[in-house]
Amino acid sequence: MNAWRDFKNGSWENEINVRNFMIANYEEYLGDSSFLVGPTENSTKLNKQFFDLLKLEKENGGTLGMDTDVVSSMTSHGPGYIDKDLEKIVGLQTDAPFKRAFHPYGGINVAYKAAKAYGYEIDPTMLHIFSAYRKTHNQGVFDVYSPEIRNARRTGIITGLPDGYGRGRIIGDYRRVALYGVDALIADKNKQKEYYMSLVMNEKNIRLCEEIQDQIVALNEFVKMGDIYGFDLRQPAKNAYEAIQWTYFGYLAAVKEQNGAAMSLGRTASFLDIYIQRDIKEGIINEIDAQELIDHFIMKLRMVRFARTPEYNELFTGDPTWVTESLAGLTNDGRSWVTKTTFRYLQTLYNLGTSAEPNLTILWSDELPESFKKFCAKVSIDTSSIQYENDEQMRPTHGDDYGIACCVSPMEIGKEMQFFGARANLAKALLYALNGGRDEIKGTQVGPESDVLKADVLDYDVVMKRYDDMLTWLAKVYVSALNIIHYMHDKYAYEAIQMAFHNAEVIRNFATGVAGLSVVADSLSAIKYAKVKPIYDERGLINDFEISGDFPCYGNNDDRVDMLAVDIVNRFMNKIRAQYTYRESIPTMSILTITSNVVYGKKTGNTPDGRRKGEPFAPGANPMHGRDKSGALKSLLSVSKIPCESCQDGISNTFTLVPQALGKSLESADGFTYEGEIKLDNLVSILDGYFRNNGYHLNVNIMNKETLQDAYEHPEKYPNLTIRVSGYAVNFANLTNEQKREVIARTFHETV
Amino acid sequence: MNKNEKLSQEPSMKQFNKGNIHSIETLGAFDGPGIRYVIFFQGCPFQCQYCHNRDTWTTNENQLMSVSEILNDYQKYQKFYSNGGITASGGDPILQLEFLIELFKEAKQKGIHTCLDTAASCYNPKNIDQYKELLLYTDLVLLDIKHIDSNQHKIITGFKNDYVLMFACLLDELNIDVIIRHVLVPTLTDSIEDLIKLRQFVDQLKNVVNIEILPYHTKGRMKWEQLGLDYPLKDIKEPTQDEIKKASHILRDGYHFNKQ
Repeated sequence: MNAWRDFKNGSWENEINVRNFMIANYEEYLGDSSFLVGPTENSTKLNKQFFDLLKLEKENGGTLGMDTDVVSSMTSHGPGYIDKDLEKIVGLQTDAPFKRAFHPYGGINVAYKAAKAYGYEIDPTMLHIFSAYRKTHNQGVFDVYSPEIRNARRTGIITGLPDGYGRGRIIGDYRRVALYGVDALIADKNKQKEYYMSLVMNEKNIRLCEEIQDQIVALNEFVKMGDIYGFDLRQPAKNAYEAIQWTYFGYLAAVKEQNGAAMSLGRTASFLDIYIQRDIKEGIINEIDAQELIDHFIMKLRMVRFARTPEYNELFTGDPTWVTESLAGLTNDGRSWVTKTTFRYLQTLYNLGTSAEPNLTILWSDELPESFKKFCAKVSIDTSSIQYENDEQMRPTHGDDYGIACCVSPMEIGKEMQFFGARANLAKALLYALNGGRDEIKGTQVGPESDVLKADVLDYDVVMKRYDDMLTWLAKVYVSALNIIHYMHDKYAYEAIQMAFHNAEVIRNFATGVAGLSVVADSLSAIKYAKVKPIYDERGLINDFEISGDFPCYGNNDDRVDMLAVDIVNRFMNKIRAQYTYRESIPTMSILTITSNVVYGKKTGNTPDGRRKGEPFAPGANPMHGRDKSGALKSLLSVSKIPCESCQDGISNTFTLVPQALGKSLESADGFTYEGEIKLDNLVSILDGYFRNNGYHLNVNIMNKETLQDAYEHPEKYPNLTIRVSGYAVNFANLTNEQKREVIARTFHETV
Repeated sequence: MNKNEKLSQEPSMKQFNKGNIHSIETLGAFDGPGIRYVIFFQGCPFQCQYCHNRDTWTTNENQLMSVSEILNDYQKYQKFYSNGGITASGGDPILQLEFLIELFKEAKQKGIHTCLDTAASCYNPKNIDQYKELLLYTDLVLLDIKHIDSNQHKIITGFKNDYVLMFACLLDELNIDVIIRHVLVPTLTDSIEDLIKLRQFVDQLKNVVNIEILPYHTKGRMKWEQLGLDYPLKDIKEPTQDEIKKASHILRDGYHFNKQ
């Protein structure tokens, strides 16, 4: 059977070009959700087994087994199943569900610590091999970290660096497997290699040739991975079932090869829709089959697990894997990418229950079909499991076939990647500026040495001058650390299979990030508009502040302070731009903390805004908890002022509304909301309004504080309560108590 | 009622270029279609026993805002209001009639959807021309009929309802879209006979786009206590779902809503 039967022609037939194939062949869907179907009996059975395993995993201390002597690769394990007879889409990372694999290339010590945390010991032979014979990424990085970088890392002015874990945030174009088959991909890689081998053999081309060769080796191994499960991946997929299975295998290969921080899926729904619609037209499957395939695919994505260290888990809690799937958005020719399968993906939240993964992300535009917008609103209200990003901000830069990696990072699928850079703590940098580069908690000299600021009352101009100097230093140290990390990652933990699903030459974004923006903005506002008296401790350091008078707080649509936030963001981004960035990468920045805002807060002393030592920062670009007092829209407008030009890697805003604030409505008998009712329209208006005001990203939670309070006190009553935190969703029960308290302390916008 | 409040029942020219505003809600989801910018006017002659905005009764000066100040502020949020607009609420906005006319006139010129939330508390036919002008610029009226029985109306609000019902008829005559609202207070406004009478009255109107039952709630009680006042309805409970359904059955079932 011809795999490409009935597909419309295009340049995609002569080159690797999935987007061109999609544009020529997809069918936009403008209708409502009434065609969707519930789960099949098999899906429900399988899902029950999945939840039983999940429970068992929890009872078992967080894992159902861990490899200690098999290095994870695409072919390291035999086939794995939950229940072979029920599963339509198959493939596990190891040979058993929730058994975590051993990934030493990121760092043998790190793998050792991760195993230890779950009660496992890495095999001594493995430890020997990866210490004596095979250097790892982590080793490489620490070989060349300067004392300055080590200090900055230790005090937490720079935190979460991917120097001890896989960097992730690379999205392979897994659709290529289904559309072309691996033989065609290998042939294409051989052609590219031949071309680059014909050029001058400078360092750049030598490296590229070696990498392409690594990719070819990986693709050959990938074929064997298919063989293990009994599939011939060399050939393109012939129907929807194969298209989903092939695409999933592409992704599965990536998570077998890499233990990356964020292992995102890309933009697969409307691609797969083309196959599903063809099968439906041919009478091979019906809607029930189609939904079953998608349900089983999504269930697999919910099962991805990695072995991670306690330090990592503290930063990013709840076992996140960021299997981000980007949905909707517009095409360059003005249609929307919404298809029936876009709806089917969202329907999994009803069929399989709410879930943190995959991280379903709606690329929002005013021009999306109204019925789809309403369905998204309904899903948000019912599940609080999805997030929204501004397609109008990203499409001009990344084209109409980009996907979100992790939480907010856009990249064109198969053509762009990024060097993930965690984040710098701007609030701590402000304290360093006051304390002459000494750490306010440890007392050690970390930044450039100068005298501690002596003043009765802090003067805004004096503080800003010192802060500016400190940010200059921070940008240099931070970017240097990232250059080292990504150099070493390329060298010792290269993502061969993920890069095999990319073009030979890719655009690399150098993704820095910042934390503590609202703390800095409010602190500077306090210094500028109120009186802030520094208090000195016995070390001669400023360790507290006496604030008298009022000052405007970020989050109330007050330019006096919002513009301070804007200034800091622009200022720091320009300092990043002034640095050399590894491998011709383009410097970008995000304002995103995920759950790390709690750890950042813990490591930062009292700040001039009145925040106490150890108190959590606000997540991402959010205003500080409870300080955005003038209503939801003002809070949204403050955040939307942060300029996207300076934050090309994303501005995360987590927004919680109590359901009553959206207006009156009735619930249906099954507890879910009706479509076409007031709340849906109003949530759509809020999303439209935020993104028309150039907002970048919005996590939407629709819930009451009381619900969370109750879930905090009686976790057993809410085993599957999903909430959006900064940039991703998490099962509330999986957060640490500290993080739960922080989430409850956030502003719940309500109106009565 | 103090002297000051009594004086203000008659719309006066005093300060009409500035409105006396209690507060502004930028995310209004309850008073008119879509997300709305709700301006709570300061001052209301009615003294409803169950008022949930007790702090808006007095006409003492609160926040004085000009039309352009309000509309400039509106503009900051207008991208959220594509399906909404402005709602004048309160208090009772018609107590500041001249200012309200100016506000709605200006808003209409800017293409903003205008909604008036009123109990017709100080409507008086002798100012009918002014009201006609206001209604020229009004897209929708939320008319709260506190009680259909005039004596009962007086007990609840301090005033008879003759003018309120005349105002409803004026809206009908001018064919202004109206949503009839009725606060359902157990024992006070929920007797079957009164609800039927209210329905009979509304049946005569041709411009009603919806009838909304607002179940009485006790959230306003705190505001009374904060003002050091005794809450008059201490012993009255919120209506049950069943009671709300029954009232809805009487007021809404089979009603021929004017669909525009």
